[in-house]
Amino acid sequence: MASIALSRVGKSFGTHSVLSEVDLDIKDGEFVVLVGPSGCGKSTLLRMIAGLEDITSGTLTIDGQRVNDLKPKDRDIAMVFQSYALYPHMNVADNMSYSLRLRRRSKEVIAAAVSAASGKLGLDPYLERRPKALSGGQRQRVAMGRAIVRKPKAFLFDEPLSNLDARLREQMRAEIKRLHAELGATSVYVTHDQIEAMTLASRIVAMNAGSVQQIGAPLDLYDRPANLFVAGFIGSPGMNFLEGRCEQGPENSTVVLSRGYRLPLSVRIPAADGETVTLGIRPEHVTVAPDGQIDAAVELVEPTGLGIILHLIVHGESFKLFTTDRALLQPQATLRINLPKERLHVFDQSGNRLAVM
Amino acid sequence: MTGRILMTIAHRAAILAYIVFALFPLFWLLKVSVTPNDLLYSEGVRLWPSHTTFEHYRFVIENSAFPTFFKNSLIVACSTSVAVTVLSSLAGYALSRFRFRGKYAIVALMLITQMFPLVMLVAPIFKMLSPLGLTNSLTGLVIVYTAFNVPFATFLMQSFFDGIPKDLEEAAMIDGASRFIAFRQIILPLTLPGIAATLGFVFTAAWSELLFALMLISGNTSATFPVGLLTFVSKFSVDFGQMMAAGVMALIPACLFFLLIQRYLVQGLTAGAVKG
Repeated sequence: MASIALSRVGKSFGTHSVLSEVDLDIKDGEFVVLVGPSGCGKSTLLRMIAGLEDITSGTLTIDGQRVNDLKPKDRDIAMVFQSYALYPHMNVADNMSYSLRLRRRSKEVIAAAVSAASGKLGLDPYLERRPKALSGGQRQRVAMGRAIVRKPKAFLFDEPLSNLDARLREQMRAEIKRLHAELGATSVYVTHDQIEAMTLASRIVAMNAGSVQQIGAPLDLYDRPANLFVAGFIGSPGMNFLEGRCEQGPENSTVVLSRGYRLPLSVRIPAADGETVTLGIRPEHVTVAPDGQIDAAVELVEPTGLGIILHLIVHGESFKLFTTDRALLQPQATLRINLPKERLHVFDQSGNRLAVM
Repeated sequence: MTGRILMTIAHRAAILAYIVFALFPLFWLLKVSVTPNDLLYSEGVRLWPSHTTFEHYRFVIENSAFPTFFKNSLIVACSTSVAVTVLSSLAGYALSRFRFRGKYAIVALMLITQMFPLVMLVAPIFKMLSPLGLTNSLTGLVIVYTAFNVPFATFLMQSFFDGIPKDLEEAAMIDGASRFIAFRQIILPLTLPGIAATLGFVFTAAWSELLFALMLISGNTSATFPVGLLTFVSKFSVDFGQMMAAGVMALIPACLFFLLIQRYLVQGLTAGAVKG
């Protein structure tokens, strides 16, 4: 196992930059998830670590050794592809042992490694089968098996679960977490699914438009998003945003919403008097109360079983509320809601965090 | 229900009619080859002669230069198909996977070579090969055939490589293979149907090529079989029986060849096995 360090790593095609100056230190045994919308550069970054894409600028080191110019085969990393990329003309055992055969390991070593891996992944009954004769979940396991037989320095995962149905995805997600706990392997995992990111990661790297937005523990990103992008991307349903004007008082600031609602904050935020700010609050933190401060029109009610998502209109903006109170399933045209001030996030005009209450 | 049965019958009948139409000349070839000379003109048009003979076959094998033609054709067709397949699979792979300067110029150039009627090129080719001592030689023929078949075969192979996901060789390279090893051990085995199709296509093209063989080769020692067939045509008569017997025998290698590769061809037709 090994550490991976990226220092000002960038990628551009000609003058078009797709990835700018990524700094990231991945510690030995850490599970880092790169998350972001499609096209944010997360897969490109992973492929650069794998050696499948050139690094235009910056330095990539694995275990202290600069590997910018090393071929993928010399980096000693394993990768699980979204398409699994199983070799169709080889059976499961041959798929898993291919890397060891390329390294000319002895037959005994190979047999032992394959049977250990297949035991771990429950693949024993399928060793003689071709990938064609396997289900999606089994193929996914073979792809994992192919990665673990070889005990590489690090595992790279490129959206490994996105071709599976929801149930299987959940199951494999838990399995990957279990495997990581067992093997303690340094892992870099790319996904666009923030639930996967939250559940698997020891640290999340949230990316957007080719640059890193925030790096931190999952709950850090959830509780203290660095900017509007992270606040909106992490969490489902996503955070609600309302625009307001900042009024500075001697002790604390107050945000005045468009219809004159005044929301006093518990601290003074570093903003000029009269500056426009964005308030954020997660749907599960909004409360419903008969004497609530803000009027909301109910647009849509979505029962999820666990709870209810209410789609509201507040000040002409769409606004979501998550509650486990089933009484709210009753059809009603309007609600009164409160935004508890200890749950508010405040962002400045350029989208950066000013304060979390 | 009856409508569907009728449709099926009509469909099968149409296919049958087409097959009969396509195979009839071959049948006629066979029929004439076993018809004794004295019955050839005396019996009128009949589907099968009143008695048959293998005399023509015996004569062609024992008394004509046909075995030499046959051997020459085999050498030329096999060498050409192997050379073209090797070149075009490497070139096709490069076109399918690499970005390099001048790629589109090369593609355009290869397309242009396919635009000219070959007849126009006979004289210049002869002029080029003659000082090199490559006229009247099988090597010359192989070179010319290879040159003319590589562009098309390259496009053919490229489309087969395009059908194989890039992930596979990337996975192999991460597993520890160099690009060439990944190509040989992972990509090539999956391209076997494409290789079989290319081999078959080039083999038959080289096997039956007449124009260049006729122009570049004189005399019997280096003549290929299509040229050789013309020796059965003399100034005053055409020896149909022997010509047809030679023709039937010339069909054998092509048939055998396709029998050998048909397993891969069918695999190619039912492709999609690579996906997922």
